[in-house]
Amino acid sequence: MNMTFTQQAETPPAAGSAADAGADPALPVLQLVGVSKRFDGFTAVDDISLDIREGEFLTIVGPSGSGKTTLLRMLAGLEQPSSGNITLRGTLINDLPARARPTCLVFQSLALFPHMSVGRNIEFPLKAKGVAAAARRARALELLKMVRLPEDYYGKNVMKCSGGERQRVALARAFAYDPDVLFFDEPLSALDYKLKKLLEKELKDLHKESGKTFVYITHSLEEAMVMSDRIGVMRAGKLVQVGSPEAIYGAPANRFVAEFVGEVNVFPVSRGDGGWVIGETGEPVRVALPEQMAGARQAAVVVRPEYMRFLEAPGDADNVVRGTVYNEYSLGSRMQYQIRSKHRVFLVEMSRAQTRAGDGKGEVLIGWNAEDAIVVEA
Amino acid sequence: MSDAALGAAGTTTGESRPKGRALRGIPAGVRCASPVALFMALGFLAPLLTVIGFAFAEPRTFTVFDSFTLENFAEIFDPADTVWMSFAWSLALALLTVVLLLFVCYPIAYGLVRVFGRWSSLVSIAFVFPLFISENVRLYGWTLFFINHGVLDGLLAQLGLPGPDVLFTPAITLFGMVYTYLPFMLFPMTLGLSMVPADLVEAARDFGASRTMIWREIELPLAMPGILIGALLTFVLAAGAVAEAKILGGQSVIMISHDIEIAFTYSQNWPRGAALAVLLMLVIGGLSMAVMARLDLDRILGRR
Repeated sequence: MNMTFTQQAETPPAAGSAADAGADPALPVLQLVGVSKRFDGFTAVDDISLDIREGEFLTIVGPSGSGKTTLLRMLAGLEQPSSGNITLRGTLINDLPARARPTCLVFQSLALFPHMSVGRNIEFPLKAKGVAAAARRARALELLKMVRLPEDYYGKNVMKCSGGERQRVALARAFAYDPDVLFFDEPLSALDYKLKKLLEKELKDLHKESGKTFVYITHSLEEAMVMSDRIGVMRAGKLVQVGSPEAIYGAPANRFVAEFVGEVNVFPVSRGDGGWVIGETGEPVRVALPEQMAGARQAAVVVRPEYMRFLEAPGDADNVVRGTVYNEYSLGSRMQYQIRSKHRVFLVEMSRAQTRAGDGKGEVLIGWNAEDAIVVEA
Repeated sequence: MSDAALGAAGTTTGESRPKGRALRGIPAGVRCASPVALFMALGFLAPLLTVIGFAFAEPRTFTVFDSFTLENFAEIFDPADTVWMSFAWSLALALLTVVLLLFVCYPIAYGLVRVFGRWSSLVSIAFVFPLFISENVRLYGWTLFFINHGVLDGLLAQLGLPGPDVLFTPAITLFGMVYTYLPFMLFPMTLGLSMVPADLVEAARDFGASRTMIWREIELPLAMPGILIGALLTFVLAAGAVAEAKILGGQSVIMISHDIEIAFTYSQNWPRGAALAVLLMLVIGGLSMAVMARLDLDRILGRR
């Protein structure tokens, strides 16, 4: 794939590629220090500090209203931070308008120009840069190929394209601007599952091939897991945790992240005289406390359903619960069981290939080992 | 009428079923549209045909569809007849009104959509309110404002300044027309501008487009349906305007509607009035068709 674009040199250096600038890959391309955004009396983004690394695929996830769109709009230059600093390779860009930033936002609505053909849509950023018509056309055809659309789509009415095709047009248009950083505001949220999966993979490929920095926001952690190098989890305007997908999944910083990652068993524990007990019931429980929480007296224990096991005998696991199977769900390749014990409901998941101990609807023993549980701040 | 027949057909049993079947042969759309079609035929098409009939009747007669002559048109196109000047004044002033209104209304419409925020509705009401008062009364109000020893002249005299002599001129006629038809341009234009999605403008800005490029390539084309409707509406209304020329303009120019009125009243020459009306309809109708052909009503109504 030919990603070079010679006309670039004629225009002011709004978007010089990372390689041209000789940027240190260790240096963040975008850096946020204590960035907040307040709208009369409401804090949408609350004191966020974050380094966005050169060439990474960073996904910000969070429930709706967590401030992730506002954060992205500040990065793109469509909003100004109320306080804090945003720097681009060391230059303060707080008040630099969107048009002067080497970044480009793919809107949730895609914001395709409905009165223009596919070709004219893709050429728009080039026209804004003053590229000649013939060169614009040549580049647009190249980009159509890149996003796997046939060349004869050039003259097609963009409103006559299907949802997936529109995604590709929006992507080609963003690439026409040749930004260093691409922002995505949940562009796949309106698509059906299969198409979404396909486009997620294509986007990931495109990220690898182009070497550009991608910052993606979504409320779907599943989407984030598939595509990202790093994931940032937002809640109520704050960045709760940033890390690799493995770190987010395997070592959630707190109960919110743990629960956001998927269905989990969570319960509060506290340190009693004779060791740890489950908060409400006082049943003893074995807890492997991480070092940084050595002195804690309260914590939350998170046990993923796949670490819960059906037991043959009470001695087979550190912690054992007696209960009855009261629901079972097929999750495709896996089965999920809801086990009702005296005080709460536990989720147990296992592969279909496995057979569980204690068949039937009667009383079962389930349990988990202390080291398989994640202990987070309560 | 056919509605009643339809209702009957729906509830009939046995013997009258064949009649119901016959009605069912007509597509539902045609059946349901028939009451409106009938109303339009009686209330709109019939008077129109009568006027057209009169246009081809013998001059100074009162019988329609009796005779056929082109004499009325020959009279109008006779160079000795000065009625063409009324046509010229009406169309020229209407065109000028539209052009001036485009410039006057665009900033207001832009403000209503993008700038005024929660004050928008208040500003809109301020523009609608004068419509509750008769046009003639409002125009007489302006006469009092501009007349010698009136509001403006009196105020300037207090300051020792000479009062302007603006009343009873073609210019003040134009002013009156711009004033009268402003809401009819403003609101379609506001609708047009509000149809430009904000994220499209933001996206264009993000791609490095300049203000002029955004205006030329995004805002204007997307707002164009509303702007064209406003222009068409004001042009049609202004081409038929008469009160402004009479009251503010003091007959310094004669509008075509005035000539038509005279033909039907003082000179009692209905066929001439009808012929003038037909010509005016042809001119305005032709222009409207040309504009409508460029409009995409589906998009205006948000179906796309």
